[in-house]
Amino acid sequence: MNETAYERVKLARDNNRPTGLDYIRNIFKGFLEFHGDRSFADDTAIVGGIAKLNGEPVTVIAIEKGHTAKERTYRNFGAPHPEGYRKALRLMKQAEKFGRPIICFIDTSGAFCGIGAEERGQGQAIAENLMEMSTLCVPIISILIGEGGSGGALALAVADRVWMLQNAVYSVISPEGCASILWKDSAKAETAAASLKLTAEDAKSLGIIEKILSEKDIGKKEFYDRIRTLLSEEIKILANDLDLVSNRYERFRNIGAGVVTKENI
Amino acid sequence: MALLNFLKPKNQLEEGGRTSAPVQSDAGEPEKNCPNCHKDIPLSKLWANDLVCSCGYHFRMKARQRIRLITDKDSFRELYSGVTADNPLNFPGYKEKIETVRVASGEKEAVICGTATIGEQPCCLFVMESYFMMGSMGSAVGEKITMLFEYATKNHLPVIGFTVSGGARMQEGLLSLMQMAKTSAAIKRHSDTGLLYVAVLTDPTTGGVTASFAMEADIILAEPGATVGFAGARVIEQTTKKSLPQGFQKSEFVLEHGFIDSIVTRPNQKKTLTDILKMHDRKGSV
Repeated sequence: MNETAYERVKLARDNNRPTGLDYIRNIFKGFLEFHGDRSFADDTAIVGGIAKLNGEPVTVIAIEKGHTAKERTYRNFGAPHPEGYRKALRLMKQAEKFGRPIICFIDTSGAFCGIGAEERGQGQAIAENLMEMSTLCVPIISILIGEGGSGGALALAVADRVWMLQNAVYSVISPEGCASILWKDSAKAETAAASLKLTAEDAKSLGIIEKILSEKDIGKKEFYDRIRTLLSEEIKILANDLDLVSNRYERFRNIGAGVVTKENI
Repeated sequence: MALLNFLKPKNQLEEGGRTSAPVQSDAGEPEKNCPNCHKDIPLSKLWANDLVCSCGYHFRMKARQRIRLITDKDSFRELYSGVTADNPLNFPGYKEKIETVRVASGEKEAVICGTATIGEQPCCLFVMESYFMMGSMGSAVGEKITMLFEYATKNHLPVIGFTVSGGARMQEGLLSLMQMAKTSAAIKRHSDTGLLYVAVLTDPTTGGVTASFAMEADIILAEPGATVGFAGARVIEQTTKKSLPQGFQKSEFVLEHGFIDSIVTRPNQKKTLTDILKMHDRKGSV
């Protein structure tokens, strides 16, 4: 646990880490993948569908980076287009209709920066997810398993519980991007990483996440069994929460409330 | 080089007008050079025309000037002017930066909120300030906009919002990112009550603001020639190694792709907003 913030960033980006599909395959049973946003295309960077969690039907959505070079290209390196966020929202609304809890696995350097992504409304797609997720009346748990790159990660993380793997990172901008904008020097990424407070411990102490998940036995059966149990227990608690939606509102309403000074108002 | 001017951001184009004294013409009146048509325009004429050149180029405008332009005389009551955030992450250089910006801009934060009437229609209003860290959104900006939507929901008022922003403020890290979710949730509550929100996107509206409250309005208007997008053009060029189409991310381009309702020139904005507010006034129809 003595890694620097930038070392954590490198660990979070490591190709050998389990990806979204690894979590889906090892935690759930009977996963059925559903494709497409019903508007333009199927985004291969986001995988979604229904599955059973300890026998209970749930909707599962994951940003997938892929492992091999071929997979990574096919998955666009886990950088979703607007149609990916729209597919995710379609599946979440389907989950709401049928009363299924939603579980999201997040691992992205960010929403894709490209001409087509802009033409098809990357900003609008993310904005709509933020707005709509805030009032979905089923439990939502989001887990950051690797990189949590800004708005592209947040678009699947307006949840009742947000958890992070011990070596996952969550940030408003990449340390390289931050260093290049502020100090015109991407080599200062180490300083930027430390200043951005992007580690799981930082996110927890800022009140942005509820839980840090240990990476002991990562990728092994014990690891996935542990997460399955945690998810199952938490969903039971959330399913009995009669003020689920207003508690979710307060959860985000109160983040950072302590840093704001209010004078003469 | 002048032909390539349109490629540069407006703040660079207008640098001469912002940081140095306008050029004196032979007649003695100060003038400003239009980055679009390259003509020298007497300042008095520019001011009389709401900082719009006769060629149609919209110069940047300070938030308080805009409030005077849009609202009925003496109707604006500012809210939450005392909401600020210092340096929650102890980010290097941020405290000094924000102090300098406060002095230079005369504002405490990058958004001004309040209530007003526009064409005698009561509403809540927020106007972002490009001269304050390019309207970047940190904890205080998010808090003020959230408080305004909560106030509007409680008092059954429509919200009019003028956006200008480089995106989330990186010096407040994750706390800035979370403002996107916080404001969006407050807007959803306002919307679910059946209340109206109109956004007017001005140059530039980008990043985390585009990916939250700029794109969440019932009706989205934009100024001509404004940059509206999620990712920065330079980043897209570097990532994709493709040259960008002409007019990429300008409001005309975004209109063509179906993401805004209408482009409205500055002199027509007050009337357009008045018409929209009147058509959503449910007095007497309940």
